[in-house]
Amino acid sequence: MNLHPANAEWTEFEFSAENLEKAKGYVARYPEGRQQSAVMPLLDLAQRQCGGWLPNVAVEYVASFLGMPKIRVLEVATFYSMYNQAPVGKNFVQLCRTTPCWLRGSNALRDTCLRETGCELGGTSADGLFTVVEVECLGACCNAPMVQINDDFYEDLTPESFANVLQALKRGEQPKTGSQAGRVGSEPVGGLTSLTQLEGAD
Amino acid sequence: MLKDQDRIFLNLYGQDDWRLAGARRRGIWDNTAQLIQMSREDIVAAIKESGLRGRGGAGFPTGLKWSFMPPEGERPSYLVVNADESEPGTCKDREILRYDPHVLLEGCVVAGRAMGAHTAYIYIRGEFYQESEHLEAAVAEAYDAGLLGKNACGSGWDFDIYVHRGAGAYICGEETALLESLEGKKGQPRLKPPFPAAVGVFGCPTTVNNVETIAVAPTILRRGGSWFAGLGRPNNTGTKVFCISGHVNNPCNVEEEMGIPLRELIEKHAGGVRGGWDNLLAVIPGGSSVPVLPKQICDEQLMDFDSLREVKSGLGTAAVIVMDKSTDIVEAIARLSHFYMHESCGQCTPCREGTGWMYRVMQRMVRGDAEVEEIDLLEQVTYQVEGHTICALGDAAAWPIQGLIRHFRPEIERRILDRKTHSVSTPMAAE
Repeated sequence: MNLHPANAEWTEFEFSAENLEKAKGYVARYPEGRQQSAVMPLLDLAQRQCGGWLPNVAVEYVASFLGMPKIRVLEVATFYSMYNQAPVGKNFVQLCRTTPCWLRGSNALRDTCLRETGCELGGTSADGLFTVVEVECLGACCNAPMVQINDDFYEDLTPESFANVLQALKRGEQPKTGSQAGRVGSEPVGGLTSLTQLEGAD
Repeated sequence: MLKDQDRIFLNLYGQDDWRLAGARRRGIWDNTAQLIQMSREDIVAAIKESGLRGRGGAGFPTGLKWSFMPPEGERPSYLVVNADESEPGTCKDREILRYDPHVLLEGCVVAGRAMGAHTAYIYIRGEFYQESEHLEAAVAEAYDAGLLGKNACGSGWDFDIYVHRGAGAYICGEETALLESLEGKKGQPRLKPPFPAAVGVFGCPTTVNNVETIAVAPTILRRGGSWFAGLGRPNNTGTKVFCISGHVNNPCNVEEEMGIPLRELIEKHAGGVRGGWDNLLAVIPGGSSVPVLPKQICDEQLMDFDSLREVKSGLGTAAVIVMDKSTDIVEAIARLSHFYMHESCGQCTPCREGTGWMYRVMQRMVRGDAEVEEIDLLEQVTYQVEGHTICALGDAAAWPIQGLIRHFRPEIERRILDRKTHSVSTPMAAE
């Protein structure tokens, strides 16, 4: 396996004190002797601590933490799409491309995103602020089109509202997450068609 | 139309407080001990009477599934909740997880009781980070309030719930892949038998249920199986959360009665098809895996398991993807083929190789860059993938293409012939 060159900057890794406590908490969720179950949350913790990707030393650390052969941890780290094998920008933008988002204009969002960030698909901007990838269905189809940026969903997007989100991130601000069209969740726009008679009822 | 009094998910839209105080106001955790103190047999009997069928897509009778769990013995039993909601079009469990997590937790306790399990794992898709935060917070609240843990709800029954986040793999929505993943491995499906009720997670008896299936259980027990069975149609009972996406004026999730006419569902709740009903081209009625239906079938179609099976489609997850006449229907399905290619776990050759092959041919069909005979070849290959893999992902990749060819063959042919009249030769690639 070819390691990403950025691995050269990572010669050692261990959990921070805070993450060590969290890691122990995760291991405790599974029965005695089944600590391997915690490999996914631990890889996630490690990835967060490393700024959004998993250097090889972090994979080795998780393997020894759980007493697993490294290859088993590497299998997990490469099987699941949320573990990154290469560094990513400060804002990891995942554009949903699957049919429900595509029907509502995900192609236009992709164009907006590439223009605003200066990224190519799969690439990271020169200033390190953005990495942009296309992904499969993120599971917010009634709020399509949508994107995920780091841990947050941005929904009901138009090219304009998406550009506003990206520009706010460029300015270092935290934009409002969720619907950009003023919805709370996935209720119909223009007035509820159900759950209307329960108002004030106990 | 379903009356609000008969709805189970009272905070589907997040208008109310999702935390414990709000949940209690909505009647959740109200004397749950009484439900837990019912016998296993009585709970299973009530669920059987309700006619509840699994809400994750397959529609297996829930009471029957629970009855497969062995009596409590040396090995512990587990309830595993499938919150790995990833079927394109589907976004209903997300609303339960973030806006009504306690209704799911209460469901876990009573379902656990019914199957003799003292532990539940909720496997939530990794991308649902904010949802998992709500869920974790709700679990913590429930422990603090004595609703979980030793002597849960003061019932004498010990019950623990743990949240497990996935990391981006559609295949983990398949129950045995989910169990592999929960054990800290790649999510590749297991051969069945043994079925999870015999050998599930950690080698122990396990039942895997969808979020919505578990979440409706307490209300069924409180109001009685006959109440739930009185909604919908025979063998297709109760309420269901429908996700209406695509070319409608007001996309939304909505809890409705099973068997509601598709047109009524779209027009009452989703503001109608963009440009009016006559502007409808097609609907995928139950998430990406089920075959597409053209408008003439949609006109009179009822939304339940059996009605949709009669028209060679399925209710699946009840994710209704609406496409108006502006849609490039071939590309709409080709995008789903790309999805399955991406999500194939690689374990079985027909799926690993077939999903890529099907996608590549579908890409050419979008452009019309094919021979008319290749439509038959493509269809034939879908039948060679379907039924020849360990899990249903191969089937799920085949069905959308079969639906497309069944109902939109003239459109595929038109593109091929159009292209032919505009170019000299079309090479027939070996893919």
